[in-house]
Amino acid sequence: MNAQISDDRDLVMHRIREALQIRRQGLPAHGDAERYRELLPLVGDDLDARIERFREWSERLQTEFIVCSRDELDAKLAALRETHGWQRGACHLAELPRQALAATGLENEKALIIDDSAGADYDKATLEASEVSFSNCDALVAQTGSVLLTSRSAGGRALSVLPPHHVVLATTDQMVPDLPAAMALVRERYGDDLPSLITLHTGPSRTGDIERTIVLGAHGPKKLTVILIRG
Amino acid sequence: MPARSSSFKAAAAAYTQKRDTRAFLRGSMTGYLAARAQRETEFQDWQAAREAASAAKAEAVDNLDRYLPEFVEKIEARGAKVFFARNGDRARDYIRGVIQAHDAKCIVKSKSMTGEEIHLTETLEHEGYEVVESDLGEYIVQLRGEHPFHIVAPAMHLRREEIRELFADKLGPGAGTSDDPTALTMDARRAIRQKYLEADIGISGVNFAVAETGQMVICTNEGNGRLSTSLPKVHIAIMGIEKVLPTLDDLALLLPMLATAGTGQHITGYTTMIGGPRQPGETDGPEEFHLVIMDNGRSTLLADAEQRDALHCIRCGACIYMCPIFKNVGGHTYDTTYMGPIGSVITPHLRGLQEWKHLPSSSSLCGACTETCPVHIDLHHHLLHNRRNAAAAQPAWWERLAFRGYRTLAARPGLFAMAGKAGRLFQKLASPLLGSSIDPAKAWTRCRTLPNPPERSFREWWAERNGTANGRK
Repeated sequence: MNAQISDDRDLVMHRIREALQIRRQGLPAHGDAERYRELLPLVGDDLDARIERFREWSERLQTEFIVCSRDELDAKLAALRETHGWQRGACHLAELPRQALAATGLENEKALIIDDSAGADYDKATLEASEVSFSNCDALVAQTGSVLLTSRSAGGRALSVLPPHHVVLATTDQMVPDLPAAMALVRERYGDDLPSLITLHTGPSRTGDIERTIVLGAHGPKKLTVILIRG
Repeated sequence: MPARSSSFKAAAAAYTQKRDTRAFLRGSMTGYLAARAQRETEFQDWQAAREAASAAKAEAVDNLDRYLPEFVEKIEARGAKVFFARNGDRARDYIRGVIQAHDAKCIVKSKSMTGEEIHLTETLEHEGYEVVESDLGEYIVQLRGEHPFHIVAPAMHLRREEIRELFADKLGPGAGTSDDPTALTMDARRAIRQKYLEADIGISGVNFAVAETGQMVICTNEGNGRLSTSLPKVHIAIMGIEKVLPTLDDLALLLPMLATAGTGQHITGYTTMIGGPRQPGETDGPEEFHLVIMDNGRSTLLADAEQRDALHCIRCGACIYMCPIFKNVGGHTYDTTYMGPIGSVITPHLRGLQEWKHLPSSSSLCGACTETCPVHIDLHHHLLHNRRNAAAAQPAWWERLAFRGYRTLAARPGLFAMAGKAGRLFQKLASPLLGSSIDPAKAWTRCRTLPNPPERSFREWWAERNGTANGRK
C-alpha cells in the first residue's frame, strides 16, 4: 500500500540535524521523577491518606467511590444494580469482573464476557448494547483520582469506554500515590512488552464546550464507579 | 497594504465594535481563571514546575535528532506504520492513500490542531468522504462551516441559543429542542455515537510522544479520543515533529500542567498512551495504526535558536485566553490555525514572515502570555524578534527615507535647530488637519491628541539659562 508515496524521513531528519547545528547554551537541567515529585501536588504517606485523597477527587469529579471488604463486595454490587437498574452487562475473563457480573445477577444470555485470555474477537454491537461494564485495572492514582488501566488488564480497549457505565474493581495494594509512581509501575510491570493502549481515566466522560458548562457523558461512560476492596 | 494585513485590520475593527460579543467572551473565561488559580496552588511549587517543564521540552527539542528517531524506532517495532511528511500536501496524500486502500467511506475524527493546520477535514469532505468531528466543540464549528475560535475551546464564542438553533437545523427532528447544555450535549452524543461503530477509520491528533517507550499520548475529556482509537479497524494519528518528550516521568509532570493551564483541571479526563495497533493476545483495537509525523515549517523554526523555545508549546491555549488582543478581536480575526500570542509567534515561521508580520505587530507587548505559559516560552520577546526580523529583511521605504533624513539633520546642529523651529511651526499650522482624510498619519492621529509643541527647544532654553546664571545677558 502507498507504494507510490515515498517517505520524507531522510529529508526531514536531515533538516532537523541541519537546524540543530547550533545547540542552545545554558539550558536548565532535565529533571527526573524524584525532582518532579517535589513540584507536583503533595500526597500523604500512608494508605488511608491516599484513599482519602482519592475520595476527595471522586467527589469533585462525580466518580462513585466505594470502599468495602471482600465479604461485603457481593452485597455492594447487588445494591448497585438496584440503584442503576441494569439489565445487560459486560466483563472480561478475570476473577473480580466475573464475580461482579454474577453478583449483579447479569450473568444471563444477554451478557458479554470478553475472552481476553487468548485475545479472541467479540461482537462490538453486543458491547454497545450493554448498560454496564466491569473490569480490572492496574492501579488507582491518589494524586489525581485516576484509574490506570491497559488493553491487557481491562479486557481490551472498548470495554472500559463504550458502555454508559463503567465499574472498576481494585484492591488496596493497587493504590499508588502519584503520577510518577504510576509511570514507574508501567515501566516495571510491562518493560519492553507494552500493551498497545495504556490509559488514565479520571472521572466520567465530560465536556465544557457549550458555554463552559460541565456536562457528563459527552461520549463515553456517563458514570464511573470505582470499588476498592480492602484487605 | 498587503491583503492579509488589511483584512486582519478590517475584521479586528468590526469585532471591537461588538460590545456584547466581547463581554460574552470575557465572561466565559471567569470560571477558567478561578479554577486555574486553584489548581496552581495545589502544586507544591508551580513556578518551579514551569521551569522544570521548560527544561524537559528543551532537552527534547534541542536533541530532537536523537529523541525523534528513538521514538519512531520503538513505535515501529510494535507494528506502527510511520510516515514522515515534509509538508501538508505530503501528509494529506499519505492519509488519502490509506483511506483509499481500505475503500473507507466514513471517518470519525478526534481533535487535532495539526489536522486543522493542513485543513484535513475540509479536504477529505471536499473529496466526498464523510468525516465526523467527534469533539463536541469541533463538531459544532464543523456543522457551522467555521474554523475553531480557540485551539482548546473551539466553540467558546457561541451562545447556547445559537447551538440549539444549529442542532435543530442540522440534526433532524428531536434535536435542538432545549437551550440546556446537557440536552444539547446528549443531542450530539446520539448523533455521533453510531458513527464510532460505523466508521472504517479513526483519525486523531497527538498531545505528546514519549521517546522512552515509543508511545503517543492523546488527552480528551469527552472520551472521544478513546473511542475513535478503539473501534475503527484503522487508526491514523498526525503529529508535528516537536511533540516528543524524553521520558514517562516528563509525561507525569506535563499532564497535570497541560490540564491546569488549558482548562483549569488537575488532569484531563482521558489520558491515553498508544504504542501501536492491536497486539497479539489483545481482544480489540485497530488492525492498522499509521502515524504521520509532519514538518510543515517546524524545522525552519527549529533552526532559529533564538526562538526555538516556541517549539516547546504544548498547545494548552492559556496565552490565548490571557491575551488582551484576543479578548478584543476574537479568534477568527487572526485567520490562522493558531491564534493569539503563540500563533503570532509561530505563524510567520510556518507560513511566511512578510505575509504575516502584521500579527506580531498586533500586540501590546504586555507579557501576560509569557507570564501564563506553563512551559515558560518567552512569547512577548519573540513577538519583538519577529518585528525586528521582518523589518531587517524588508525595511519600509518611508522608514528608511525618514531615518536617512534624520541622520543628515542630526549631524548638522544649525540645520537641526532650523528644522526644529520649522517643525514646531508646522505642527501649529497643521493641527486642524490632524486625523482628517488628507493626513497621511491618520491611522495614528485620528484617535490620539498630539501634545502641544513647546515654545522653545531645549537647546534654546539651555543657552538662555546659562547666559542668565553667568551674569551675562
